[in-house]
Amino acid sequence: MNSDFLLQIKELKASIDNKEILKGLNLEVRPGEIHAIMGPNGSGKSTLANVLTGRDIATVTHGSVSFEGKDLLEMSPEERAREGIFLSFQYPIEIPGVSMVNFMKTAINEQRKHRGLEPLSASEFLRQMREKKELVEIDSALTNRSVNEGFSGGEKKKNEIFQMAMLEPRLALLDETDSGLDIDALRIVANGVNKTRRPGTSVIVITHYQRLLDYIVPDYVHVLYDGRIVRSGGPELALKLEERGYDWIRKKADVSEETWTTDRK
Amino acid sequence: MENDQDKVLNEVTSGEYKYGFVTEIETDVIPKGLSEDIVRLISAKKEEPEWMLEFRLKAFRHWQTMKMPAWANLKIPEIPYQDIIFYAAPKQKPAPGSLSEVDPELLKTFDKLGIPLGEQKRLTGVAVDAVMDSISVKTTFRETLAEMGIIFCSFSEAVREHPSLVQKYLASVVPYTDNFFATLNSAVFSDGSFCYIPKGVRCPMELSTYFRINASNTGQFERTLLIADEEAYVSYLEGCTAPMRDEHQLHAAVVEIIAERGAEVKYSTVQNWYPGDKEGRGGIFNFVTKRGICKGDDSKISWTQVETGSAITWKYPSCILRGNNSTGEFYSVAVTNNYQQADTGTKMIHIGKNTKSTIVSKGISAGFGQNSYRGLVKVMGKAEGARNFSQCDSLLLGDKCGAHTFPYIEVDNPTAIVEHEATTSRIGEDQIFYCNQRGISTEDAIGLIVNGYAREVINKLPMEFAVEAQKLLQISLEGSVG
Repeated sequence: MNSDFLLQIKELKASIDNKEILKGLNLEVRPGEIHAIMGPNGSGKSTLANVLTGRDIATVTHGSVSFEGKDLLEMSPEERAREGIFLSFQYPIEIPGVSMVNFMKTAINEQRKHRGLEPLSASEFLRQMREKKELVEIDSALTNRSVNEGFSGGEKKKNEIFQMAMLEPRLALLDETDSGLDIDALRIVANGVNKTRRPGTSVIVITHYQRLLDYIVPDYVHVLYDGRIVRSGGPELALKLEERGYDWIRKKADVSEETWTTDRK
Repeated sequence: MENDQDKVLNEVTSGEYKYGFVTEIETDVIPKGLSEDIVRLISAKKEEPEWMLEFRLKAFRHWQTMKMPAWANLKIPEIPYQDIIFYAAPKQKPAPGSLSEVDPELLKTFDKLGIPLGEQKRLTGVAVDAVMDSISVKTTFRETLAEMGIIFCSFSEAVREHPSLVQKYLASVVPYTDNFFATLNSAVFSDGSFCYIPKGVRCPMELSTYFRINASNTGQFERTLLIADEEAYVSYLEGCTAPMRDEHQLHAAVVEIIAERGAEVKYSTVQNWYPGDKEGRGGIFNFVTKRGICKGDDSKISWTQVETGSAITWKYPSCILRGNNSTGEFYSVAVTNNYQQADTGTKMIHIGKNTKSTIVSKGISAGFGQNSYRGLVKVMGKAEGARNFSQCDSLLLGDKCGAHTFPYIEVDNPTAIVEHEATTSRIGEDQIFYCNQRGISTEDAIGLIVNGYAREVINKLPMEFAVEAQKLLQISLEGSVG
């Protein structure tokens, strides 16, 4: 196991309801790197996010995932979060009756406990809340409301990035964070990610489109197709994809020997 | 993953009921069963005056003509009245004057329950009447309260020392003919708390009664009578626990509240009777009649209850709003987990003009629990300008439990405004996962969500008990999302 890597995924296969979605995925992420994973609908992008965060919708059938040298697949979802994996949800969940303040305080203190730290003092906690709220330009009133309840689509996404800023993860997974955002909200959210990211924090941006990558500039772009990464490159790959569309990849992918065994549509 | 969750679920649901211990103490018990002789025996044990015995006998004779009510949404096994012991008292000198005369075993028991009876170890600003099985063990702070003219003592003492007050108010809100369980209670009640707040006095501390069932095969039948005279104020709290036993035990209490002109009474309950085990064995049958009357103008009665215990809960703390501009409130959280059943709610009877009532009911069902809200809002013809707002929410955990709502609204005055809102929701796996993903365990996530859901009610409890109630909610539900 190479300790240079923050995250190392080897030959990962995962199924949902006995249907194989990830079919041998490899990915290596070093501290501080930004990776973009692009791909058409149904290519396995969300399944990858589920597998990495421990959501039990998908079953891992093969391969390994190590995070800072530890076996990630052995950990419960909350342990993964406490180890520093953060997911910005594609569809953030509403939790009526639970205030953002209470939710955030519980989450931060659970994570601090895991690292052997004392709970944050009330004043320090509130100071951080204020500071991070400004970074993502989130309306102050929102944090006094229940978690995501009655938030607009844009507010929900901002709220995800706000939480990311508060929790300071080692690895942030942004699952279609750009979906449903107008161009202004997109800029705020993306800048929020850039401003709040600590040195050493790695980011995996999962997206359909190039536009988010104008703001969050990736070191690497990977194309996920039919459960595998079929192509990797620099930021220029995203532009090429945008220009030529996924059909281009589809055609490319279809000539590889691997695809003979899979069903064709 | 699946296995982990099962493990956690197993660990917490098999966690022991914290108050399930039994105190080894010599107990004075009477023969089991119920007859006129038993009623006379109870009265004799308590050295009661003739009028008290007459009241009991009237009630007993009436009870014999009655049938157990079957309208509730509950499955109630037959209750073997002839196998129940109707009076059991820890042996000690009657009404110990000082703490040193109270059996140390009893003090230890209440210490263990978190109710220290020594005033130096007192709960800050709370006076306690401690009732074990059929009798009151000790009432704290009596002298301090007496200086302000407040009477706070066991019901038995009130019968002896304040007979005119008892005679004036006893059964004035819940008549002995009221219902099967209230009538039974009227015949055999053993002890309970009595409280009188004189005109214009604001009671400076919380008054509370702690009910403990200890002896086996017994029932507990206590009676509480609370009177707030004109412009008086009191906040009263009751708590209850019982040992874990395989057989069911019956608890049938009556609480009556009288609020005179301008008086305000807050009555809070944290009910944590033994709920039975995971398979539904054992647990307390809790059949309680609680009713208050806002007798004078501008008076107010507020019920707050957190019901987490008992195998069966049947209770409808109600307000008769007779005085003009009087206010009734009912705030309730009822939890049913495993095989617990609850049919609970309130009645708000608007008689006076411009009377107001608020009902906030939060049901939480988990496991195989069945939770029913039953509420009546009745506006009489003369209740000009009456207003009611009711909100009934149900929260479901898992897919084997049930939530039911039975609202009854009867309005005989065209100026009345009655509103009813109801919601049903469930704690979704996606909500739990969202919390998990932020580093919050499933247990804590349920705690957060449930306490958030119940916050409106919990906030109505006195501070010390709000914290306790919050923990209790979490404990009662741990492991219920699989």
